[in-house]
Amino acid sequence: MNFCVCIKQVPDVQASVQTGRMVLNAYDASAVEEALVINANNADSIDLILIGPSSATETIRKALAMGATNATHIVVDEIAALDSFAVSNLLAAHLKGHKYDVILTGKQSQDSDAGLAGGMLAELLGLPFATNAVGMRAVENILEVTRQGDTGQEMLEMITPCLVTCSNDMNNPRIPSLKGIMGAKRTVITTTQGAPGITRTVVTRTFPPSAREAGIKFEGEPEEIVALLLDKLQAEAGVL
Amino acid sequence: MSSILVILSVQDGRVKRSSLEALSRASALGKAEKREVIGVVLHSNALSLAIDAVHYGATKVFCVSNRIFDSHLNPPLIAGIASVVELVKPRLVVAASTESVKDIIGALAIRMDAAALPDVASFEISGDHVLCERPVMAAKMMASTQSSNPLVFVSLRSGSYEAIRSESETSCEIVEVPFEFDVSTLSATLREIVTTTGEAVDLTEAKVVVAAGRGVKDATGKALIDELASITGAAIGASRAVVETGLFPATAQIGQTGKVVSPELYFAIGISGAIQHVAGMSNSRIIVAINKDADAPIFDVATYGLVGDCFKILPILNAELKKILS
Repeated sequence: MNFCVCIKQVPDVQASVQTGRMVLNAYDASAVEEALVINANNADSIDLILIGPSSATETIRKALAMGATNATHIVVDEIAALDSFAVSNLLAAHLKGHKYDVILTGKQSQDSDAGLAGGMLAELLGLPFATNAVGMRAVENILEVTRQGDTGQEMLEMITPCLVTCSNDMNNPRIPSLKGIMGAKRTVITTTQGAPGITRTVVTRTFPPSAREAGIKFEGEPEEIVALLLDKLQAEAGVL
Repeated sequence: MSSILVILSVQDGRVKRSSLEALSRASALGKAEKREVIGVVLHSNALSLAIDAVHYGATKVFCVSNRIFDSHLNPPLIAGIASVVELVKPRLVVAASTESVKDIIGALAIRMDAAALPDVASFEISGDHVLCERPVMAAKMMASTQSSNPLVFVSLRSGSYEAIRSESETSCEIVEVPFEFDVSTLSATLREIVTTTGEAVDLTEAKVVVAAGRGVKDATGKALIDELASITGAAIGASRAVVETGLFPATAQIGQTGKVVSPELYFAIGISGAIQHVAGMSNSRIIVAINKDADAPIFDVATYGLVGDCFKILPILNAELKKILS
């Protein structure tokens, strides 16, 4: 399968202290990994596309080092001003001129947590799509996709070309090898300037979430503290 | 004033509680702004399911009856909702943020020239704007986000508002919407749905949730969790850590990237309380945490915390609860 994987550079939200360190979106890393697994025994290509500031090149190099073939960098410096609508329009404008069997994205980005761009892009390109995939298998021109749905895992057979958004439950992305890192340095990244375009939503303010108030903590012998808990649940909380 | 349309999701033969929460919120906004609040049910049994919406403030319910909606496939669901949106021409479309809705909201927004505000914790209409607050950065921050687009889709996290049932007799018009879908146009087919065993109670709808974390190390620990859940009639949830080890299924994962739950009573057993997990359960009314580590962050959000080994506490708790509840 010829893949195009849409990737994004995001702040390292897993870190306990925000240092401004930027990383490859974890869901996108799973998408790259899955494409590599499916193409492990063939010479089909895995192209990358990233929208972001010039400094995001390091994230592209990271994904190339994992084993992707080519990369396009659509340079937009004010990436924070773009919403999912603007991002998917930019991606669609680029992808309309290309033919891929499968377009992959992460199921959401770790910074905005919106999960919109994949579905929007599929609709703009007129492609069948599945979101929140936890498994994928290629059989000729069919992509078998397992997605996490509301009542269980839904197993879909999709005729390519199609678009799939990937969950991080899909796999454990590989750590690039030294050979991969060296190879990635030599790969020529196609760079184009992106026009920011129209947005439909605006973030006006960000703020820390209001904390829930801590309640009572019981320490002591198990029998004692269970009795204290049950008393509270019955007398105070009224839930039993 | 144009209306507010609420998509009423169906699971296990009922309209989901989270959809009724969305409908209640829409009704409150509708009353304040004199906007009509309209429900839509897409299901083979839509007509009989629609009745419930009357008690939560809908004055009209559109029923799109077709068997194709009974399991999730995105092309017919998008087409079905789109046909009702075209008919109603609402200001705002609201749905509970289920996996099915998350799947379609982006594509639907493009098709309808709408803006999408996904997975919000609150929303309102203010003049020309739809305003919302939504968790971002893996739930470490909240973002006030707005749109002045003439049509806006909002998906609402469960437990954000209360589902308020009114017993008073109000009139509600039920409108059947004809819908045909040619399955031969589908380029994706649903082969099967694999449900994991032991999901007797739906996690997102449950009144009681028993959730396990890293402290529930093994099969013995899992048996204690199962027992507590069966005594309390609870659904079983899990933190990412024990889903990764395979002890609990991925469908059980609660958190920013898993399910968002808001039960009356939430047991967090051996869960440290990473912010990504807390984002999925902090709307629970009563939180009981059991953890060996007295400094675990879960105790910052717990209503009642028990410091101790869950392997020692659960057998006693289970035995005592059995006496009370039998």
